[in-house]
Amino acid sequence: MKGNEAIAEAAIREGVDAYFGYPITPQSEVIEYLMSEKPHERTGMVVLQAESELAAINMVYGAAGTGRKVMTSSSSPGISLKMEGISYIAGSELPCVIVNVVRGGPGLGTIQPGQCDYFQATKGGGHGDYRLIVLAPASVQEMADFIETGYDLAFKYRNPVMILSDGIIGQMMEKVELKPQKKRFTPEEIINKYPWATTGKPKSRERNIITSLELIAAKQEAFNQKLIKKYQEIQENEIKYEALNTDDADYILVAYGSVARICMNAMEEARAKGIKVGLIRPITLFPFPTPIISKLADKVKGFMSVEMSAGQMVEDIRLAVNGRKPVEFYGRQGGMIPAPEDIVIALEQKLIGG
Amino acid sequence: MAKIRGAVVVDTERCKGCGVCIPACPQDVLGLAAEVNKKGYNYAEMKNPEACIGCSNCAIVCPDGVISVYKVKVA
Amino acid sequence: MAEITLQDIIKEENLVYSRTKVMTPNELHYCPGCGHGTAHRLIAEVIEEMGIQEQTVGVTPVGCSVLMYNYMDIDMQEAAHGRAPAVATGIKRVMPDKYVFTYQGDGDLAAIGTAETIHSCNRGENICIFFINNGIYGMTGGQMAPTTLEGMASSTSPFGRDVSMMGNPIKMTELVAQLAGTYFVTRHSVHTPRNVRRAKKAIRQAFENQKAGKGVSFVEIVSNCNSGWKMPPVKANEWMEENMFPFYKLGDIKVDGKLVEK
Repeated sequence: MKGNEAIAEAAIREGVDAYFGYPITPQSEVIEYLMSEKPHERTGMVVLQAESELAAINMVYGAAGTGRKVMTSSSSPGISLKMEGISYIAGSELPCVIVNVVRGGPGLGTIQPGQCDYFQATKGGGHGDYRLIVLAPASVQEMADFIETGYDLAFKYRNPVMILSDGIIGQMMEKVELKPQKKRFTPEEIINKYPWATTGKPKSRERNIITSLELIAAKQEAFNQKLIKKYQEIQENEIKYEALNTDDADYILVAYGSVARICMNAMEEARAKGIKVGLIRPITLFPFPTPIISKLADKVKGFMSVEMSAGQMVEDIRLAVNGRKPVEFYGRQGGMIPAPEDIVIALEQKLIGG
Repeated sequence: MAKIRGAVVVDTERCKGCGVCIPACPQDVLGLAAEVNKKGYNYAEMKNPEACIGCSNCAIVCPDGVISVYKVKVA
Repeated sequence: MAEITLQDIIKEENLVYSRTKVMTPNELHYCPGCGHGTAHRLIAEVIEEMGIQEQTVGVTPVGCSVLMYNYMDIDMQEAAHGRAPAVATGIKRVMPDKYVFTYQGDGDLAAIGTAETIHSCNRGENICIFFINNGIYGMTGGQMAPTTLEGMASSTSPFGRDVSMMGNPIKMTELVAQLAGTYFVTRHSVHTPRNVRRAKKAIRQAFENQKAGKGVSFVEIVSNCNSGWKMPPVKANEWMEENMFPFYKLGDIKVDGKLVEK
């Protein structure tokens, strides 16, 4: 199954209530698969192609406000169009899942894979102090699994969750195990589980208002403080990463998604040449696995971030290392994919060559 | 023939003295008071209450919905 | 005939009209004489009369009426500028049994939100769209709007709208009437008792259409903007009759899915 299809099938099985999308390479298969599967008959799930990514994210906002499991997917330029909507969703504390199958940019860019939306995803591409919980799948299996993880986190923290994938994983075919079909929540269950949702105001409660508008500065600040506390809580509890061969490593490669898999080969090639290399693969990009990197910084000689971008995650690594050790960067752009041997050469030149 | 007598009560504190109700009244009952409310608006009031027939014209054009209308048949 | 005193008349049992309970006790922030308040009240009255207060979700985007949720005692969502029809689509699609309406200004619906307006109408979403057209951006202080008339002054067309430079005023209501998804398209005003009664009938019809699942009911209310037009309320209403109504003709444009022959 292709990554894009795995995400679509996983969404149906997760009991997602609605998907609002728009075609854009390299992720059109998500809505194509959904349309062909007619989930309306399978689970009653709504699938709608909007007139733009911008309209789609606002449909997500509306449906999320009623406590339903809602999602959208797009690729880099489309995600830029969604930024205002995402800021509103975060500002109204609404749960939803947004999939970004990243392609080379900026501008129209390319349709080949990229990781150049890291800043946009983790530092907030929209306006205001908000954060997305960002999950980075490295396989078709994780593309499917992260739908469930995404919704658990989205509803736990009432916050939008982004699945930051890329063109490789989206288009790649791999074996994938899918979870059994979950029943969609009934309207009554939703009303009881999410009393904040706008499901129609019964006499038994005050009206619910979904808004991010606050004209009184002091109240807006109180709300900002509430968000800051939420994001700290996320950082304390939800960090996920994978560590390989880091116990005896002299050098650490840091990479996520498809590039992490390429780095595994690079790691073996380096070790074959007697260079003890380990790998940290961040699974959550926000919250970033700062603690483990900081701990390793006392032990190892240096880090190298490997990305399909001009170097974005490298900054978070430098923050974690805080100057104690050198943190270098090797990357390819425009959809070009780094090769393991080039990574090893870069490691030698930048960190060992000296 | 039974005569209809009406009367209106204006929530003078909420009235913004916009005067939209005045031309709406077929009987020219309403006008703006000389006095002002807490916010400094000359609120609407009945200038000649006997003429009021309780038709609610004033109440239904009032943007702030501050007018209540009463009507009774008089033998 | 015994002389009757006001006290005899003003008794609970003689009450024939008062503000609907569907509106909250909060005071409206609108300028004195602004049509928004009247339009809010009519929608609230229709919701009360149809007994659907517990079934209705309103969507208001950025504009003077963004604070409508302070005045309507129903569940509501605030939408980004121009995106209310998309937000309403999202709500209606996952809660088809609830009543969903948007309440938008001209800048919102006919400028930035044009695509959302056209496409929600074209899809025939089963929602009500209430469109308050006062030919100006009220909240931000009186700038030119897509519906500002030729020659009409505003803070961004201080010498009057020059259509050769600033484009022509747009008739969104006639536009959406051409789309198959719209079932009921009509234009009203709320500045005189007669027009208020008609507007309320149209709003009621819009919600009844939604109940019957007929697609988009689109009700435009031409209204005054006293601070933006820099006129006192009653004078503004007169100006509206002389200038706005010739261009934005009141009356039904599409009924039961068919265009009304003019």
